[in-house]
Amino acid sequence: MAAAPRGPPKFFSTTKKGENFELKADLNSEYRDKRKETVKKVIANMTIGKDVSSLFADVVKNMQTEDLELKKLVYLYLINYARTQPELVILAVNTFVKDTDDANPLIRALAIRTMGMLRVEKIIDYLMEPLKKALKDDDPYVRKTATLCVAKLYDLNPEIALDNGLITIVQDMLSDRNPMVIANAVAALAEISEASVRRDVFVVNTSILTKLLAALNECTEWGQICILNSLANYRPNDTREAADIAERVLPRLQHANASVVLTAVRVLMIYIDLIDNDELSKQILRKLSPPLVSLLSTEAEIQYVALRNINLILQKRSDVLSQEIRVFFIKYNDPPYVKLEKLEVIIKLCSDKNVDQVLSELREYCNEVDVDFVRKSVRAIGRCAVKIDSAADRCVNGLLDLIKTRVNHVVQEAIIVIKDIFRKYPNRYEGIIPALCENLETLDEPDAKASLIWIIGDYADRIDNATELLEYFLENFKDESSTVQLQLISAAVKLLLKKPGSAQDIVQKVLTTATQGCDNPDIRDRAYIYWRLLSSNPQAAKAVILAEKPPIESDANTVSETLLDELIHNIGSLASVYHKTPSLLGGAAITEISRGPVRDTLEMEGDEPEVDARTVAQQVNAAVGGGIENLLDLDFGGGSNGGGGGGGYSATPTPVTARAASNIDDLLGMDDFGGGGGGGGSNAGSPFGGMPGFGDSTPATPVERVEWLAPHAANGLEIAGTYVKRGGQVGADLKVANRGSSPMTDFAIQYNVNTYGLAPATALQVPSPLQPGQTADVFLPLHRHGQPQRMDPASLVQIAIKNNAGIYYANTHVPAGLLD
Amino acid sequence: MVASALFILDIKGKVLISRNYRGDIPMSAVEKFMPLILEAEEEEQTPTPIMSSEDGIHFLYVKHNNLYLLVMTRKNSNAATILLFLHKLIEVFKEYFKELEEESIRDNFVIIYELLDEMMDFGYPQTTESKILQEYITQESYKLETQPRLPMAVTNAVSWRAEGIKYRKNEVFLDVVESVNLLVNANGNVLRSEILGAVKMKCYLSGMPDVRLGLNDKVLFESTGRTSGKGKAVEMEDMKFHQCVRLARFETDRTISFIPPDGEFELMSYRLNTQVKPLIWCEAVIESHSNSRVEYMIKAKAQFKRRSTANNVEIIIPVPEDADTPKFKCTVGSVTYAPEKNAAVWKIKQFPGGKDYMMRAHFGLPSVRSDDPNKRPPISVKYEIPYFTVSGIQVRYLKVVDKSGYQAFPWVRYITQNGDYFLRLPDPVKTSKLGTI
Repeated sequence: MAAAPRGPPKFFSTTKKGENFELKADLNSEYRDKRKETVKKVIANMTIGKDVSSLFADVVKNMQTEDLELKKLVYLYLINYARTQPELVILAVNTFVKDTDDANPLIRALAIRTMGMLRVEKIIDYLMEPLKKALKDDDPYVRKTATLCVAKLYDLNPEIALDNGLITIVQDMLSDRNPMVIANAVAALAEISEASVRRDVFVVNTSILTKLLAALNECTEWGQICILNSLANYRPNDTREAADIAERVLPRLQHANASVVLTAVRVLMIYIDLIDNDELSKQILRKLSPPLVSLLSTEAEIQYVALRNINLILQKRSDVLSQEIRVFFIKYNDPPYVKLEKLEVIIKLCSDKNVDQVLSELREYCNEVDVDFVRKSVRAIGRCAVKIDSAADRCVNGLLDLIKTRVNHVVQEAIIVIKDIFRKYPNRYEGIIPALCENLETLDEPDAKASLIWIIGDYADRIDNATELLEYFLENFKDESSTVQLQLISAAVKLLLKKPGSAQDIVQKVLTTATQGCDNPDIRDRAYIYWRLLSSNPQAAKAVILAEKPPIESDANTVSETLLDELIHNIGSLASVYHKTPSLLGGAAITEISRGPVRDTLEMEGDEPEVDARTVAQQVNAAVGGGIENLLDLDFGGGSNGGGGGGGYSATPTPVTARAASNIDDLLGMDDFGGGGGGGGSNAGSPFGGMPGFGDSTPATPVERVEWLAPHAANGLEIAGTYVKRGGQVGADLKVANRGSSPMTDFAIQYNVNTYGLAPATALQVPSPLQPGQTADVFLPLHRHGQPQRMDPASLVQIAIKNNAGIYYANTHVPAGLLD
Repeated sequence: MVASALFILDIKGKVLISRNYRGDIPMSAVEKFMPLILEAEEEEQTPTPIMSSEDGIHFLYVKHNNLYLLVMTRKNSNAATILLFLHKLIEVFKEYFKELEEESIRDNFVIIYELLDEMMDFGYPQTTESKILQEYITQESYKLETQPRLPMAVTNAVSWRAEGIKYRKNEVFLDVVESVNLLVNANGNVLRSEILGAVKMKCYLSGMPDVRLGLNDKVLFESTGRTSGKGKAVEMEDMKFHQCVRLARFETDRTISFIPPDGEFELMSYRLNTQVKPLIWCEAVIESHSNSRVEYMIKAKAQFKRRSTANNVEIIIPVPEDADTPKFKCTVGSVTYAPEKNAAVWKIKQFPGGKDYMMRAHFGLPSVRSDDPNKRPPISVKYEIPYFTVSGIQVRYLKVVDKSGYQAFPWVRYITQNGDYFLRLPDPVKTSKLGTI
């Protein structure tokens, strides 16, 4: 440890042996100043990580003093070592208790605060009486400290806190006359309520609401955050009250503290769904935009949090910042993590109105130094092409210009995104293939190689020298990475099927090498399957390998709707930064998605069903077959393995997002055969999740029903269903089961607006009453005369099912091709 | 909210000082932090300000000088609050010790512990106003007879101002400072232009004065139906206020009223998106003579009224890293080569409105060069224009009312300066060695 070169006392400079022994002597010195200097020295040693716990008794002796600085030092020592010497802590208790009676409120509060921090069970009994007294102290400083101490105590021993009625006292303190005390009481209760199973710890009623709103205007910025937090959790009784609260929260958007602003944004984003006053909703949305822009003038770290949240807000309300794209243009001196997040927001805000401006910016970014950022900028150009049809030509030209620069990482990234563009717009840009192939020899990254090989294979019949090109790659087949090998096998077979006779040799060679010389089972298996297909039934091989691939879609919305709603309820929190559900972070949600009375009524009328957190599991299941709802978004930022993929082998494939498509494997004929990601993102964690088609499907049931409603989320009503065509009639094939304990009646179904304009042609015919345990197979004919509205993903159809016990919502997916 | 523990680390990740607030994460978990930073750097990514370890501990940090200020948590805490608190901590430390660096932490560990204890309790931020903290947490050792007392302000609704302040002469100084953020692309098109304004105050007022500030706010004028008279009114896109300003009052009638903290503070900030003519405009022509030399011709123009003058103008022109033998020529000011910034810096002490000046720079280039044509930072410009606001904002009045009824004197200054002010360089014009034959 280097000594501080100047300044009078050098507490960090002693390194003598037997130091603790000397310190021990000095701590017992008869001179007060000497003792104080020694305590400082002890704390200094503690700071640099030396073990001074053996001095416990000697330090504690100095606790009883009028010198506040010395007292604080001893307290600090206690906080650090109480847990290592629990039996000695008792020595300090007397002084603590005495201090809680001191005339100076600073000392009273200090004693309470410190006692709560010792985290030693033994001291709890001694803490109880002083704490109760402190909660009723005349001085608000002591009360606010004591309030938090109750939360500390609860954390340590919930029973004692409950048994002594401390929580009731804190609940009463929500009516304290001091705003700081109210704020800390809110914080303490929120924390206790989160930790406890009881739901009645923190109940906001109308009179408490009034007090909270009043305190909001008066307490410190940090207190305001606590109160806004509790407002986000509150369920207003009616839309009128929701509007009133929103109006009271609006002024907080003008606060200098960015966290107050962001928490206020959270409250408003939640409440806007609860308000039925269009005028006010519009006003709120209008007022959200300027403060969000201003957050970009804060410290870089805060900007980062803000940008991650703006990303979410835009997925929910795409119109909020539609006029503001310029403020997200990258500054030369932005830190890289801010640049990358701005890039994401730019893509979100990119529309056919501003796409020219965006493209010229993105081109500029491609000249930057930071390779990672340049790659993402190149990729962004491709994403714009996939997102905006009318701009695709310009994007492709831009990418071609970039390829001409011959800067290696730019070229490779460009080829990777061009593959996505080819998938989105088949047969539109094959003219650029020669330009891509010119760079054949410079490619050294597996993803880029695989992408180019995929393009060659898919367009084998239009490329004259496809055979030559593939031969070039095949030379080093064994040394290539598995992604490239898989692509090579597929491309060679595609070439054979598209130009019969031309590639016999190549295919023979590659299949032999793959089956005999490769250790990787994936590669070997794919080669075997292709080989068998080709030798037994070339027609079937054609049908499987050259099957039409599902189109990819813009990946602008990166989280599923369910997760999005949950994250909106957590704006400003870590979950909102990671874009992960709070339950994955090891902590409870800042705000739970709650189902208040207002919400329920709104759902009935609204055209956008909200989703209860408890139905998450069911939603995941409902997404089966759609295969794109990467609900947990576990691997954000990377390609999602196993997320995406088509439907089962007999079901027709459904759209996959561009992100999922970046995983090359999903693009292959192989997956069309093998069943793809049966469970989409929900199966991401399971190694077998991607392959249900092999094991489960029995030929007798060509289309499997998937769970639409889980009984635990729908009062015992279970529905499994799928969409089928029977004798030319499209309909929903349902299995309705009553897993509850009472008969069900009054069944009805409603379709939300969807891409295909699907709506029920007749009423839902379920035997009524449906007795407990009874199951019914129902076919619901559908027509397509409803209001069509583009959904994202296109296959998504939201339905509501009602019975005598309630209304339930499900996300269902129409298999692509069913309606063609 | 909720921070479990707070650390200050040196650049190598060694703990200088720490405070455990909740005891739910072992303090040794901090050892997982530096590997996360290094891992990100190894993968050529810059570490983000929020990272998590595999066992679910989240690290939120701010880097300052050669220090990391770091918070650990296991819960879904409010990330914005924690990061903001860390910045607040830096601000408070700086007011206490001037500089926040390794040495000042070692020299002041006692007071840092005290501050950490007072500013956060059980992971929740408490009092963070440095003026108030300084009243009861001071660097002087306490004498027995003068035990510090808690200032009322700690728990008052007015938590930012102590009672009983007295001045012989009651004065208020207002500085209206506007920074211009500008981004111009290589073709000379303005991509982005915004004005960030701030009203900074120095208050030397006795008692508990109630202050009202009047600006030529367009929204206010329109709502009260008055015409702006001779001056124009300004439409502010977004306004942010110090916590002393009564926000609910502002929301209802746009009155800016407050009880100010004592001394210096930022009362409000605002933002305008209105496009203004860039105040200092630069045009650049770069001629590169195939790998032997490069020439820059810069024309700078002051595009504001003749009666104003920009002071201490610095135009920073980036040049290739391997440039050598600089030669400069300019009509006004002086040019120096700053190799550490890879830039030529053209300084002009006074740049009156309406004028334009020229500068030429010439650099030699080595004949063998690393082929890195991409690296092209923009020109940046620094300047200050006193007695001028680019937005046209004006302080119409500042009323101070105190029980004792004293008269207070307001002083107002205006200044406009550069913010992030960047003009991208055009592509070099390539001239071959042979010229035109």
